[in-house]
Amino acid sequence: MTHPYIPNAEPGVRAEMLAAVGAASVEELYAPIPAALRLDRPLDLPEAMASEQELVAHMRALLGRDTDTVAALSFLGHGCYPHHVPAVCDEVNGRSEFLTAYAGEPYEDHGRFQALFEYTSMMAELLEMDVVNVPTYDGFQAAGTAIRMAARATGRSKVLLSGAVSADKLSKLHDFLDHDIEIRTAPVTGGGEIGEVEIDDSFAAIYLETPNVYGVVETRGRELADLAHAHGALLVVSADPISLGVLAPPAAYGADIACGDIQSLGMHQSYGGGHAGYIATHDEERLVAEYPSRLFGLAPTAVPGEYGFGDVFYDRTSFAHREEGKEWVGTAAALWGITAGVYLALMGPEGMRELGETVLARTRYAMDRLAEAGATVLHSGAVHFREFAIEVPDADALLGALRGHGIFGGVRLDGRTLLVCVTERHSRDDIDRLAAAVRKELS
Amino acid sequence: MSGHAQEPFAKLPVAPKPPLRRFHQARWDEPIIFEQSRPGRRGIAVPAAGVPAVEPPETVRRARPPKLPEMSQLHVLRHYVRLSQENLGVDQAVAVGQGTCTMKYSPKVNEAFAAAVGELHPLQPVDTVQGVLEVYWRLERMLAEISGMHRVSLQPASGSAAIYANVAMIRAYHASRGEGDRRDQVITTMFSHPSNAACAKTAGYEVVTLMPGADGHPDIEALRAAVGPRTAALMITNPEDTGIFNPRIADFVDLVHEAGGLACYDQANANGLLGVTRAADAGFDLCHFNLHKTFSTPHACGGPAGGACGVVERLEPFLPAPTVERGGDGYRLDTERPQSVGKTRPFLGVTPNVVRAYAWIMALGGRGLREVAEIATLNNNYLMDKVLRIPGASAPWGRDRIEQVRYSWRELFEDTGVRSEEIGARAADFGVHYWTSHHPHLVPEPFTLEPTESYSREDLDEYAAILAHVADEARRDPGLVRGAPYNQTIHKIDPTPLDDPAQWAPTWRAYTRKHLS
Repeated sequence: MTHPYIPNAEPGVRAEMLAAVGAASVEELYAPIPAALRLDRPLDLPEAMASEQELVAHMRALLGRDTDTVAALSFLGHGCYPHHVPAVCDEVNGRSEFLTAYAGEPYEDHGRFQALFEYTSMMAELLEMDVVNVPTYDGFQAAGTAIRMAARATGRSKVLLSGAVSADKLSKLHDFLDHDIEIRTAPVTGGGEIGEVEIDDSFAAIYLETPNVYGVVETRGRELADLAHAHGALLVVSADPISLGVLAPPAAYGADIACGDIQSLGMHQSYGGGHAGYIATHDEERLVAEYPSRLFGLAPTAVPGEYGFGDVFYDRTSFAHREEGKEWVGTAAALWGITAGVYLALMGPEGMRELGETVLARTRYAMDRLAEAGATVLHSGAVHFREFAIEVPDADALLGALRGHGIFGGVRLDGRTLLVCVTERHSRDDIDRLAAAVRKELS
Repeated sequence: MSGHAQEPFAKLPVAPKPPLRRFHQARWDEPIIFEQSRPGRRGIAVPAAGVPAVEPPETVRRARPPKLPEMSQLHVLRHYVRLSQENLGVDQAVAVGQGTCTMKYSPKVNEAFAAAVGELHPLQPVDTVQGVLEVYWRLERMLAEISGMHRVSLQPASGSAAIYANVAMIRAYHASRGEGDRRDQVITTMFSHPSNAACAKTAGYEVVTLMPGADGHPDIEALRAAVGPRTAALMITNPEDTGIFNPRIADFVDLVHEAGGLACYDQANANGLLGVTRAADAGFDLCHFNLHKTFSTPHACGGPAGGACGVVERLEPFLPAPTVERGGDGYRLDTERPQSVGKTRPFLGVTPNVVRAYAWIMALGGRGLREVAEIATLNNNYLMDKVLRIPGASAPWGRDRIEQVRYSWRELFEDTGVRSEEIGARAADFGVHYWTSHHPHLVPEPFTLEPTESYSREDLDEYAAILAHVADEARRDPGLVRGAPYNQTIHKIDPTPLDDPAQWAPTWRAYTRKHLS
């Protein structure tokens, strides 16, 4: 049978095409590949599924072994968040015109350009900044690039990093920065916020996260911005955009570069496959010049009333100048940008505010309930958004016991500390169920 | 009124179709989304807190609402469906015009598998994710077999991210031998993807770029002159973005090895080589694949994508962590990897694409992959034969090509003044995408076609006929081609504001500030 994915494998067509190119066999077309490099046996791979139906059965059997966060009651977050995904988000990113297109040109892929321009434009409103990139891979990469942008813009090579950053992100930042940017780390106060900060005129930036890895909303942004600016450095702030319906955007307290992950804005958890990163600045040429990413901008066409689009300041990029461009640009996570745009358009300003208020309130409710249940809630005096840490006698024992209640109770930070995540998907009853189970297991 | 009803109709039987489609792209003349906003409308409801409210202190509370659009649900949906109709994917169009990108069919059945992992959290207990971990493990073993490498990491988010991860491993390897400072150069070639040069530079390396010799291959004498004690690695694509396979690739690798460097293979162009030749066969130490190219995951307007880094045994300790390991009691994650370069991205990888790529290989098997390679190569040679019959088109450096060709309209440009980019804009009027090439345009007036295994002979004939038609138009009426497109969503763009800081408008906010106030 001719494989359904390979139309010209049909023997008659194949023969006609070979005749058309004057080759006796496909082997002739491989003549430039020396015999010594040729694989002289078939690839040792599993036998092909003979039909789509058998493939479906195989995949169902494999993936059916997993228990997901719908089957269990999950309080897992730590960088990947279970927010509700509106059906329209899935509908739009499943449209095959978007799903199966690539890096098209401004004419036949006009829709992609407009959708991504609208994504960056809605993010810009949320962030109160005029420039937002076409998404990079994820929040880790966005942080690393934002710090590199600050270093290039200032001509300096030190960054003061908040200590309240996840270990995985820190690992990425070390790999990405260490060879030419020195990372200093600020302490974390007992209250869970960034502690004493000291910099001098050799620093490129202060890097802050809010909410930070403990879910604590940082309150000293303005002070840090003033400090950075007094030393000719920049303030880089990583903020989850889903919090910005209620929380002040980084620009409001003086941040020069904002960055973060947009997975919360309409992407499923997908075992870590829903990530994309944003970077935002004011419209200052010296910072715009440092973006490695693509920036899509409006342009007129030959017809009045038509919007055209194209690349802003393309000359910055590695597409234009290889290693002389800024870092590199390539395929990253455009469809998640389109999806986040759909999400923001559905929510509007009121939806974003309401969602933020619900998350703030339910997070505090969960903190109070778990404290009543016998856990020690850390940083309880701070404002928390979506996450908080608790201390228990034995984190592994508690997580194991909660499994017995059908609950993924949180992410283990160390032997005594758990990180608990609460979103608008967690009802009051869900939180009460967690608290009751924790009370039972800790008593 | 138009009076069309009085005009004579064609007669039955309906006449044959003309040689080229009378295509017109959707043209909804769609306003920007902000122009469709009306205060008070909403696209989706949010659960009320149902518990006591928390009032954040003024220092952290948002002062004024964001100026997001306010629209009802149907109108958000309709807007985006209209925009999607103003876009061309593989599912609608003959997408052979974006060489180097391996635009192939992404089987629909795989979408359901990708969705099946949607509600899995990456930090769940491993015993609750044995299915998806087995997919990771099995895909790793498959790619190890396809490349001949010892281990494969599926963590990188894309091809370029995989190139960067490979550079990071190269750096860690030399550092572990005390040679990190001394080996400060990476050698690449002009027809390797620009990310090889750009990632190496970002990682701190000085980049040495080999130019093609008279035969189109990178010049081995130039490599001989470039390698030495400062060489950390050779990072090279093969076939290069010209579609030309470098037959002396093993000699290149040997030269680098003799100098103590590592050889790293960018396999973005692997589609014509599956089951034919492997990275290990030429002696490479590292390689990478793009899951969204060779292994069929949808390109998604530019990602989410997926990268895979393959390494030989001596580089295994440096792989991104964690790795997926199989033991007696199932699959687990190994985070205790002291020499690892660490994380290249959050969590384990772009899981939906890992699942799709696995399913695609399972639908083909070893023989199927070989058939993919053979037909991709046959399709390319067939299309090349057609394209080179078009007056004004050429392919520098002869006809030995694997899966793609970088062509040139140099002669047509000299005759007519019409540029490659303008040919592409006109080709869009017939419902296809067309791309020139990466910069610099070493091949003058370039275009790069890669007809993967997914296209039928009829598709290839159609694409070639469109190019022939447009080239003929360029000779007869160059102004017509230069003014294109006409049957597209929009008309010809004036790009000059995009490079002018006073005018550029990367967001609606910038646009309204600069142009509407």
